[in-house]
Amino acid sequence: MSKFRKKAKTKQDIPTSALPDIIFMLLFFFMVTTVLRETTINVQQRIPQAIELRKLQRKSLVSYLYIGKPIKTEVFGDEPKIQANDVFIDTKDIVMWVTQEKDKLDEVERDQLTVSLKVDMEAKMGLITDVQLELRNANARKLMYSAPKRRAEN
Amino acid sequence: MARSKRSQPEINSSSMADIAFLLLIFFLVTTTIANDKGLTIQLPPKPEDMDIIDIKIKERNLFKVYVNSADRILVEGEILEDISDIRQKVIDHVLNNGRDPQKSESPKDAIVSYKTDRGTSYEVFIKILDELQGAYYDMYAERAGVTNKQWREIASDHKEPEKAKLYDIGRGLLPNGDVTFPMNISIAEPSKIGGN
Repeated sequence: MSKFRKKAKTKQDIPTSALPDIIFMLLFFFMVTTVLRETTINVQQRIPQAIELRKLQRKSLVSYLYIGKPIKTEVFGDEPKIQANDVFIDTKDIVMWVTQEKDKLDEVERDQLTVSLKVDMEAKMGLITDVQLELRNANARKLMYSAPKRRAEN
Repeated sequence: MARSKRSQPEINSSSMADIAFLLLIFFLVTTTIANDKGLTIQLPPKPEDMDIIDIKIKERNLFKVYVNSADRILVEGEILEDISDIRQKVIDHVLNNGRDPQKSESPKDAIVSYKTDRGTSYEVFIKILDELQGAYYDMYAERAGVTNKQWREIASDHKEPEKAKLYDIGRGLLPNGDVTFPMNISIAEPSKIGGN
């Protein structure tokens, strides 16, 4: 018994002095990986899922177009709309938008601009093809239909 | 007096972890880890720039997929109920190599023509495009001896010589720069029956 008594005298606390450091490390990890969303999306975004996805390599070369039913249907109606940056645009404005996006890039990289379409699943192909036609006119021919990964059913 | 001199002055730092936790949770909540994943396609050049050449494509080389405004699917003239059946049909068509007179002559000649209606929903469009591209990725992966997932990684990024080699094997690149196994998925302009 006396053996155990001796042990009980030693310190039983787990040293927690390193805990803040660990938490800070996690914190910094998240701070570094975070991309704060610079645009508020004003259209519905329930993007259909797909399996055979490919990753984009350079995020700086990607521009986003959001397409879907406006969230504020009482103001903007419930026809699907195109959102670029923070505003709704018409299909005819896409050429100008592409030029603006290309201007943000280095001259050598301008033809590598990839347009990522984030489209609500209820949108109709008519609008999408109109957008595609304008993108062809604007010579932004790299296109991606953004989609999250779907788990295979079986 | 003597006691207090001996003990070192200390800031109580036990709440430091809590503060850090609060910050951490804030970032966890606000973070949206950007997922730049999707189905990539290359659009054709703008209509005015395209030289209008009448290229004759043999009917047998075409694999036609048509989706109408009610999201009903027609594959090679037959109504298709289960979307997942498309994949095998595409593979059969492309890898026919002239055996079946109804199917393609060679992978190089095979063309998958995908046409929608203006009223087709985007959801179905993506589902089918996914299957069409998946069929090609399956074939490429088999040729290169990798899995489908590995192939897609190689196709996205093949700077390393080993990956570049596999990429060329998969696409059947000839020394003169011709690709014998191109991914010919043509997305046709939609018909205008269903409206917007």
